[in-house]
Amino acid sequence: MAYPQEFRYTKEHEWAKSEDGRARVGITDYAQGELGDIVYVELPTEGQEVKQGESFITVESVKAVSDVYAPVSGRVLEVNHELEDKPELVNRSPHDQGWMALIEMADPEELESLMSAEEYEKFIEQGEE
Amino acid sequence: MTEFIPNTPEDVAEMLAAIGASSIEELFADIPREVLEKHEPLGLEPLSELEVVRELKKIAAENIDPALFVSFLGGGIHDHFIPAVVEHVISRSEFYTAYTPYQPEVSQGTLTWMFEFQTFVCELTGMEVANSSMYDGATALAEALFMASRVTGRQRFLLSEGINPHYREVVRTYAWAADLQLTELPYDGHGQLDREALKEELTPEVGGLLIQSPNFFGVIEDIEGLKKLLGEAFLIVSANPISLGILKPPGEFGADIVVGEGQVLGNPQNFGGPLLGLFATKQKYLRKMPGRLAGQTVDVEGKTGYVMALQTREQHIRRGRATSNICTNEALCSLAATVWLAALGREGLKELAELNLQKAHYLAERIAALKGYRIKFDGPFFNEFVVEAERGPATILKDLRAQRILGGIDLSTYGLENSILVAVTERRTREELDLFAERLKEL
Repeated sequence: MAYPQEFRYTKEHEWAKSEDGRARVGITDYAQGELGDIVYVELPTEGQEVKQGESFITVESVKAVSDVYAPVSGRVLEVNHELEDKPELVNRSPHDQGWMALIEMADPEELESLMSAEEYEKFIEQGEE
Repeated sequence: MTEFIPNTPEDVAEMLAAIGASSIEELFADIPREVLEKHEPLGLEPLSELEVVRELKKIAAENIDPALFVSFLGGGIHDHFIPAVVEHVISRSEFYTAYTPYQPEVSQGTLTWMFEFQTFVCELTGMEVANSSMYDGATALAEALFMASRVTGRQRFLLSEGINPHYREVVRTYAWAADLQLTELPYDGHGQLDREALKEELTPEVGGLLIQSPNFFGVIEDIEGLKKLLGEAFLIVSANPISLGILKPPGEFGADIVVGEGQVLGNPQNFGGPLLGLFATKQKYLRKMPGRLAGQTVDVEGKTGYVMALQTREQHIRRGRATSNICTNEALCSLAATVWLAALGREGLKELAELNLQKAHYLAERIAALKGYRIKFDGPFFNEFVVEAERGPATILKDLRAQRILGGIDLSTYGLENSILVAVTERRTREELDLFAERLKEL
């Protein structure tokens, strides 16, 4: 699966998509592949304040429970309630229907500290070696 | 017995070299000196196997054989009948380990009975989900407190003083470590939780109430009435599973978490352990529940199979972020409980619970009729009750012991003067109950 050019990526395998001062957030195709079948996503509360790098979502797969770290700071505006009944969307469509939260960014500059699609692809290739 | 100590000096040297330490002392250098100085060597001399066995047998001979005594000891660990089938099944080599396997799916037999165990616990407690056991009743109660705090997001909880004092001690320790605030509520003249005290302490920031029923004094609490008072706040009940053979399950009264001590289900008293923690809750709190869960599923060919679920939230996978620190469990004890319950069946358990109730009430009536003794609480009780005696309990119990009767627990240890906690199980015969009453009369 291709990594969308307009997304920014973290070393913990989250993606963030800028949408007019807001960031839509999810985990990458690589991350979902490593986790295996996802059976539960524990979503944050709407309105919750998060800091960049802070764990705010947990994803449970048949293999493990993993933390999802906020790629940017801000306030959680919306969460993807569809994942409550269909956690498998994260496996099936990690970069689109499997999004997890929409964050009102406190500092849009933070996005610049993240990796581009090209850098991220290089990053996971190195990790694979 | 050096053959049982696997590390040769060469092994030790090799391991130290591999991690870059020059000596064992250097390896443990970060242990404070004052701790090391306080530590005294055990003074054990190397002995041959023959000598070790002789020494241990000598020590073991100082134990008394409980089979030669008539026992009324309870207080959370009771003397129930264990049919031979229990020992037979748990001794099979496929089952004989205390641990849940770490790669569990190859052990379908283990997962099958774990699933059955959980089903039994759900049926007994009237709850929707149960885990595959915890260490004991005390830690199960403390973990229930943690879970209630995780779900409600509240830090203040109420604790009934009718709960076994040892459980309360464990709960207090856990609460202290997690910065949770506990307020202890007294019991009334019936031996039940004081409702007025509850009403007074039940402020909006209270996350829940912890009770035991039957409680430490054997008295059954009004679970339904308490849940009504609590409203949204959690009701956590520690229950004696055998009593649930005849009592309405706490789940049907709206309890949010039900825990208990499972030793009574097919495990011997064993001088106080190992024990078996039971833990059950509502489906919607599943992911906040500690421990492990065996789940039923189908394989690629559509055949029934079992898997280990929920363990992904445990310490060996989640490390510091785990739901609880229950990383192993009481698998063998819970297998004994499963076999015991299966052997008894629904009707058998009901009959057994009725025998406990009837025998305990028979003895209580006989003792109440004696001069110098009275039953301390008038609340309803199951198979245990408190006897108040004019003479000191210590002397009474000592005299009884001389006549091969273990008369119960002296409650002065727990701050209740002139009181003995007497437990009666189905194992006590009519003759033994009469003998106990006769002896008390003669003392």
